This record gives sequence, C-alpha cells and structure tokens, in this order.
Amino acid sequence: MNELIALLGTERVLTAPEDLIPYSFDGTAALKQRPRCVVFAKTAEEVAAVLKFASGQGVPVVTRGSGTGLSGGSLPVAGGIVLCLAKMDQVLKLDEKNLTVLVETGVITQKIAELADTVGLLYPPDPGSMKISTIGGNVAENSGGLRGLKYGVTRDYVMGLEVVLADGRILWLGSQCVKDVAGYSIKDVFIGSEGTLGVITKVLLKLVPKPRTKKTLLATFSRMDAAAETVSAIIADKIIPCTLEFLDKITIKCVEDFAHIGLPLDAEALLLMETDGHPAVVEEEARRMEAIARQHGADSVTVAQTAEEATRLATARRSAFSALARVAPTTILEDATVPRSELAKMIRFTQEVAVRHQLRIATFGHMGDGNLHPTFLTDERNAPEMARVEHAMQEIFDYAVKLGGTITGEHGVGLAKKKFLPGAIGEASIGLMRQLKKSLDPQGLLNPGKIFDP
Amino acid sequence: MDYSVLQQCMHCGLCLPTCPTYDETKLERNSPRGRISLMRAIADGEMELTKAFGEEMYYCLGCLACTTACPAGVNYAELFEVARADIETKGVLSAHKRDLVRWLTVKFLLTRPRLLRGVGRLLYFYQAIGLQSLVRKLRLPALLPRSLRELEPLTPTVKRHFSDALIREVETPTPSRYRVGLLTGCIQDLAYSDLNRDTADVLLAHDCEVFTPRLQSCCGSLHAHNGEVELAREMARRNILAVEKSAGSLEKLDAIISNAGGCGSHLKNYAHLLHDDPVFAARAVLWSQKLKDIHEWLAQIGIRRPAAAACAARVTYHESCHLCHGQKITRQPRELLRAIPGLELVELAESNWCCGSAGIYNITQPEMSKKLLDRKLGHIQKTGASVVASANPGCSLQLQTGLREAHRSVRVAHPISLLAEAFRQAKRAE
Ligand SMILES: Cc1cc2nc3c(=O)[nH]c(=O)nc-3n(C[C@H](O)[C@H](O)[C@H](O)COP(=O)(O)OP(=O)(O)OC[C@H]3O[C@@H](n4cnc5c(N)ncnc54)[C@H](O)[C@@H]3O)c2cc1C
Ligand code: SF4
Ligand code: SF4
Repeated sequence: MNELIALLGTERVLTAPEDLIPYSFDGTAALKQRPRCVVFAKTAEEVAAVLKFASGQGVPVVTRGSGTGLSGGSLPVAGGIVLCLAKMDQVLKLDEKNLTVLVETGVITQKIAELADTVGLLYPPDPGSMKISTIGGNVAENSGGLRGLKYGVTRDYVMGLEVVLADGRILWLGSQCVKDVAGYSIKDVFIGSEGTLGVITKVLLKLVPKPRTKKTLLATFSRMDAAAETVSAIIADKIIPCTLEFLDKITIKCVEDFAHIGLPLDAEALLLMETDGHPAVVEEEARRMEAIARQHGADSVTVAQTAEEATRLATARRSAFSALARVAPTTILEDATVPRSELAKMIRFTQEVAVRHQLRIATFGHMGDGNLHPTFLTDERNAPEMARVEHAMQEIFDYAVKLGGTITGEHGVGLAKKKFLPGAIGEASIGLMRQLKKSLDPQGLLNPGKIFDP
Repeated sequence: MDYSVLQQCMHCGLCLPTCPTYDETKLERNSPRGRISLMRAIADGEMELTKAFGEEMYYCLGCLACTTACPAGVNYAELFEVARADIETKGVLSAHKRDLVRWLTVKFLLTRPRLLRGVGRLLYFYQAIGLQSLVRKLRLPALLPRSLRELEPLTPTVKRHFSDALIREVETPTPSRYRVGLLTGCIQDLAYSDLNRDTADVLLAHDCEVFTPRLQSCCGSLHAHNGEVELAREMARRNILAVEKSAGSLEKLDAIISNAGGCGSHLKNYAHLLHDDPVFAARAVLWSQKLKDIHEWLAQIGIRRPAAAACAARVTYHESCHLCHGQKITRQPRELLRAIPGLELVELAESNWCCGSAGIYNITQPEMSKKLLDRKLGHIQKTGASVVASANPGCSLQLQTGLREAHRSVRVAHPISLLAEAFRQAKRAE
C-alpha cells in the first residue's frame, strides 16, 4: 500500500471501509464485492506504474469508469485493486478539419456530445447512461444507443486509442486516417474487451456533421405483429430512420402512469420513429413512414409539428426506463438481441415466459437494430422469485440464440452473462479468447473472471 | 433505516453528475449513490454507524438535486433526514464547538419564536446604530470564540418591523374569491418581513382573503434536516394550531401559502412527519393537501399581469433547491417573472445548482459552501443581470453576503417582491 501511496499520494489511494463500500458494485443488480483498495490515475504513465506494481505483487486490477455497467464488468475482485479513471478527464484536442476529437478515457460521454454540438458536429453513440458513463467504459463495452440503426455503435467511431498493457507498456493503436490497413487492426480487439486485455487511456473519436433537421412520429398498434411488420416495411422501403424504438403493453402503461402523455392504455405496441438529415428528405421520409404505419394497421399516428411536440412524443420512450424502475424494488435490464425479422417472435416469446414463470417482464428497445430490453420487475429479497427470474432469463437467451440472435447487444458479458456465453458462441470461440488474453496478460491480472473463467 | 427506500436505489449512477459534492471531489462516497450504499451497509450490518459516516452525511448538502435526476424515484429526502437523526442519536459527531452552534441555532433560538424576535430586535439595533459595521471594522469578532465568530458575517440584516406589525391578522379584498393562510417564517420574518407584506399584497391583488397567524414558529425544517425529528414534530403541531386559530379551521381555507422554497418543501411534508400522531395525523394530511408555494398557487388561480408600468430591469432567476428539487416547481416562478411588464428574464447557467446556503451548511461546512457560492456568483455575473430573483431566504442571504463581499451591486429580490412592486407602480400610475 505504501508503494501505491508513494506513487499517487494519499488522496488518490482509498482504503477506509467508508471509501471502499461505495465502489463495491456497479449498475448491475445484486452483485457486490469490496476491493482491497481504490486508486485514481491521472496519466497513462501512472496507469503503467500501477499495473507494474500489480504484476510485481500478483494483485488483480479492475479498471473502472463511472461504474454504470449492467453486466458487472467493473465489479471489484476480492483482494484486488480498483483502478478508477474518473479523474482522467481532459479533452485533449478537437480537430474540426479532420472531424475528430482526442480525449482521455475518463471524460463523460455527454461532454463529448456537447462539445461536438458547439461546432456543428455530432458524436452519435448515445447510450442511456451518457450523462455519467465515461467514454472509456463505452469503448470497453462497445456501447450502443438509440441511434444504432443509422449511425452504428461506439466501435464505428473509434479511430485510434492508447492502451496500457499488463506489463506496463504504453501503445498507440490506429490512426487519424479514414483508411488505414497497416497491419492487423489490433485496436478493434480492445474495443468491447471489458477491461480484460489492457487499460485504455486515450481515444481518438470520429465526429460527423450534425443533421440539419429531424422529424418525430409516434404510432400505436393493437397488434404486436402490426408494429413489427411496420418496421420491416419501413426498412424494405429503403428508409433508414435514426430512431425506431418500441414499447410493449406493460411499458406503455407504466410510462403513462408516470409521465401522463396521453398514450392509449389498450395498445399492444408503440413505435417512436425519427428521421434526420436534409429537410426535404426528412419531410418526404416522414410522410412515407406515416403512410406505411397506417397501411400496416396502426391505430394512430402522430407527427410532431413543433420541436416541443417532438420532445413530448420522445418522452414516451425516454422515460421508459424511469417509469419501469419505479414500479418494483429491483429492476433487471437485459439486452437480448435478434435479427430484425425475428422481433415479433422474440417479444411474444418473452411475454409467454413471463406468464409461465409468474413474473412481470416489460419489454422495450431498439426495434430498428433488433436490440430488445426485456426488463424484469422483481424483488431481490424474494428468493423463490429470483430463482424463477434465472430460469426465465435462461429461456429467453436460449431462444434468442436459436433465432440467430445474441445474449447481449450492448451491455457486455462481464459476470452477469458469463454462464450464458458458451451457449451463445461455443467453446471454440471462448478458447481463442482465452489464448488471446494469455498472450496479452499472462498472469491473468486484468479484470480476471470476467467474460469467461480463466 | 427503511430498507425498502434503500433498496429502491439500483445504483445506476444517473444522480452523480447533478450532485455538487461529487462534482467537486469525483469520489463515490461523496455522491448520492455512495451515501446510499453506506446507509445500506449499515442497515445490512456490514458496517457500524461511524464518525466518518456522520461526517459524510453532514458533507451532503441535502439539496435534493439527486432526487430530480433519479429515474427510480428514490426518496433521498427521507433517507437523509433519517440518517442525520440516527447520527445525532448515536452522538458520533459530538464536539464542543458543534454542540454549541447546534444548540444555539437549531435547539434554542429556532424553537422560541418570542425569544428569536427579541434577539432579532437586539440585532436590529446593533445594525441600525452602526455598531455592526464598527465592530467589523475594529475586527472585534476576532475576540469571539471561533464558533460564534464564524456566524457573525452571516447574521442577516434585520428589518425594523416584523411581519405582525406589517400585516393584520385578517386582510380582506373586494371582491374576495379565495381564503388563504399565510406563513411568514422565522428567519424570514426577521430578515425579509417586507417580503411577507409583498406576499400579502400580491395575494390581495389576486382576490385572496389573507389570514396571517401571529408570532409564528419556525416550520421545523432546520430541525428535521439536522437530526432533531421530535422538535420538528413539535414545530409542525404548533403551526397547524396557529393557522387553525387564525382561520377558524383548516377546512375553511382554499390554500395555506408559503413563500420560502426551503420551508414549503418541509411544510408539505407534515402529513408524513405526523402520520402516527393520534391527535394531529388527519389534520396534517389536510394541511399537506392545502399547502402551496406562492408561485404554485398563483399559477393555479391564474397570474394577473400588472397594468403596463416600467420595470426595465434585466433579471435572472436562481432556483432554490427545495423549490425546484424538493417541490419540483420550476416553471411557475419564471412565468410569474415574465408576467411583469418590461422585465427581461435571462436564464442563469446551472440555475438549479445549490448556492451553498443549504440550511446551516454555510456555517457547518464553510469551505464547500464558499466554492458553491463562487460558482453561482460567476454564473450570475455572466448573465449581466442587475437583479437576481431567489425564492428562499437562505439563498437570498447567501447571495447577498457573496455579492457584498465581492463588491458587486446586484440586487437580490424575491419574484413576489418584484411582482408586488409592479402592482404598486401600476397603482401609482393610475
Ligand atoms: C440507466 C442506464 C442506461 C444504460 N443505457 C445503455 C445503453 O443505452 N447502451 C449501452 O450500451 N449501455 C447502456 N448502459 C450500460 C453502461 O452505461 C455502459 O456499459 C457504459 O459504457 C459503462 O460506462 P462506465 O464508464 O460506467 O464503465 P464501467 O461500468 O465503470 O466499466 C464498464 C467496463 O469497462 C471497463 N472499463 C472502463 N473503463 C475502461 C478503460 N478506460 N479501459 C479499459 N477498460 C475499461 C471496466 O473494467 C468494465 O469491464 C446503461 C446503464 C445504465 C445504468
Ligand atoms: S442532496 Fe445534494 S449533495 Fe446530497 S447527495 Fe443529493 S445531490 Fe448530493
Ligand atoms: S439515480 Fe437513483 S437509483 Fe440511480 S444511483 Fe442515484 S439514487 Fe440510486
């Protein structure tokens, strides 16, 4: 401990129980582990020194951003160090000529979005946690957001990154060039690696021009399939909306109870649709989306005429999580993902599972990219119910995989989904990941036990 | 500690960026999520209620910004009060200086309305005959014990007349459409009694008959927020009785009006505070239903625009934490200000960020309080406003102290006072 204190100073090494307890969890329900200490680094060199120290002592290190992860990625390891990057939060360079921004990884996602906005640019990945998540956490989880269908996910915006390896080497991977095929694209291995391969200390992000305008529509349906067919038809019509979000019946009810927007409580499904870009195109696409929704049996379609109305409609989706989180003591947000064509099947299956296991599961999500959020409204103190939640989850993941989908679209594997991973990708793939991890982190000290067992 | 309230926190972290103490230190223990995790560790028996925990809960401002940000609806206000009460019961923070300040303010003066006004009288003369500035010039406060010395610069400038002298117990306009009770506060009554008169005037201009009980007690919020729940209950009972006495009964009133954000937030909570009181529980429910912040009430019955009269001031609005986060009233004060002819309202950056006053926080945590005040003053400067509107006496005192020390000639005024002035001006123009 003294060595760490000599390295970083007493203020940046925490050991008292009152300091450690607040770091013994992340955003995941029902996971808890107290670390031995929490340290804060401010430079890549300090990170390297901490990792060298840890290697020398054989102590595990868990990197942490803001601890909002939903799969237990930054949950501490017993007896280990938590390396928190929240104080490494400088924006280093906004390059308006090359449309890039270089930041340290403790920078809050929202700050990057706001900065881009001030110069007429857009940083598109917008995870629901962006007001507090760090960009480092976003890269390490390859986070998505509401705009995935049109704009992609975090990976699509990472041009380069600086990473510190377990042995303390500091490397820069990637470049400022849009085209770059000099050697393996190793940076991509670190994106989505959940802190198991190295500590990312800087990222060079791509920005895009801000769309000139946006139009928002809200449609309600009395049949699930009608909503799913609408989505398919919109995409078949070669429209790529920037938002295509879905709420199921339970979610609609909770949102209405909470936000009083005037949603019909008998609707089975609700779609929030947005298109952005050149005003003429937006106008025309909005018209076509409205027509398609009506043709496919929408009960109502509202097209926002003003910015305020657009905000009001968007509230239906934006408050979904808040509305659900209020109705039960424990909220477990999952992110099973299936090919778009299978969405209706997946949603119906989830509803069946809920009935069979006597659970409350509300589903909402990103209909455009097949990423659903079945949300368990439960109580972690109720052991029999939690056991049923486990079973239900297993069935939902099995079914998603059977439909050609995956167990996690954006939250990562961490600890919470570790046991479902073999079923999703097979032992051979996991074997290859282990091999890769061994070569980069031979002692197995970086976030050990996450994604797969050593 | 109520376990179900604790468990409602799903540790999502969305409250972190709005918490002034977390923003300052970037340490989880200084965040709402961190504080709740400590309470939970205590409730789960994983940790004792330690001195460090006590200090943490007094480092928290109680600004309730976290409750606005929280998607899960965690009732942090209740957790905060219960935690501070437990800390006081356990006595983990006991120390001479702290005990003296707390005794003098929370337990002694603020439970004795007559004595408080007596001290107020003395303070008035101390200030009126120029003794305060003399004392300050001679640096006499340096001779006081430290705990009292730190209080001295924060003592409010006391008004010559208190509310009872300015407002009759019953004032009736013609026509009279509503009947309302008016709460005049304790510190507010000393430092801002003219605001109480302004409030009565504005209510009369909105056809409200106004009942103002005599010699009112403190609402009890400072007691509740500082771990003295029993005293808070006693204050609540006294206030209910006082309003009943003045108006005949609570049923006869359409509303009970508070014009102080911090008090209003607590006053609305009487139903909960007295829920197991055999005599007062039902009356407290009625009380809470009728309790309205002045801006809220006027918006509800329709704000009247004063007839055009010149008020060519650029005004910015600072939101009291307990008005915007505690009572979720954000739209109405702005609407009210916009209703004043000629007034130009400019938005204040981080308008809903705590100014560091936070009850007696500026006395107990001067360092953090100063940081927040400086941050607020910086934003005020950027607006170029000549008036900053604020609807809570604590905030107003804090801002006035800060502006005075920075030698800035920005006026601090309650939105209601600005409206009352406009009505008066319109009347003169007639
Ligand atoms: C309310 C809420 C809404 C959410 N919405 C979304 C959403 O829409 N889309 C989505 O994808 N996710 C979402 N999430 C999940 C979560 O916010 C993201 O995974 C986010 O990227 C985590 O960022 P963080 O800074 O909190 O990282 P942490 O939780 O601290 O860490 C996450 C993982 O990244 C690793 N890590 C962190 N920083 C680094 C680094 N610099 N180098 C190497 N490894 C690192 C950690 O070890 C851990 O494995 C949501 C979470 C919440 C609570
Ligand atoms: S009340 Fe204010 S200071 Fe306290 S935890 Fe909430 S936001 Fe932070
Ligand atoms: S926002 Fe609410 S639920 Fe989330 S961590 Fe803060 S208090 Fe807990």
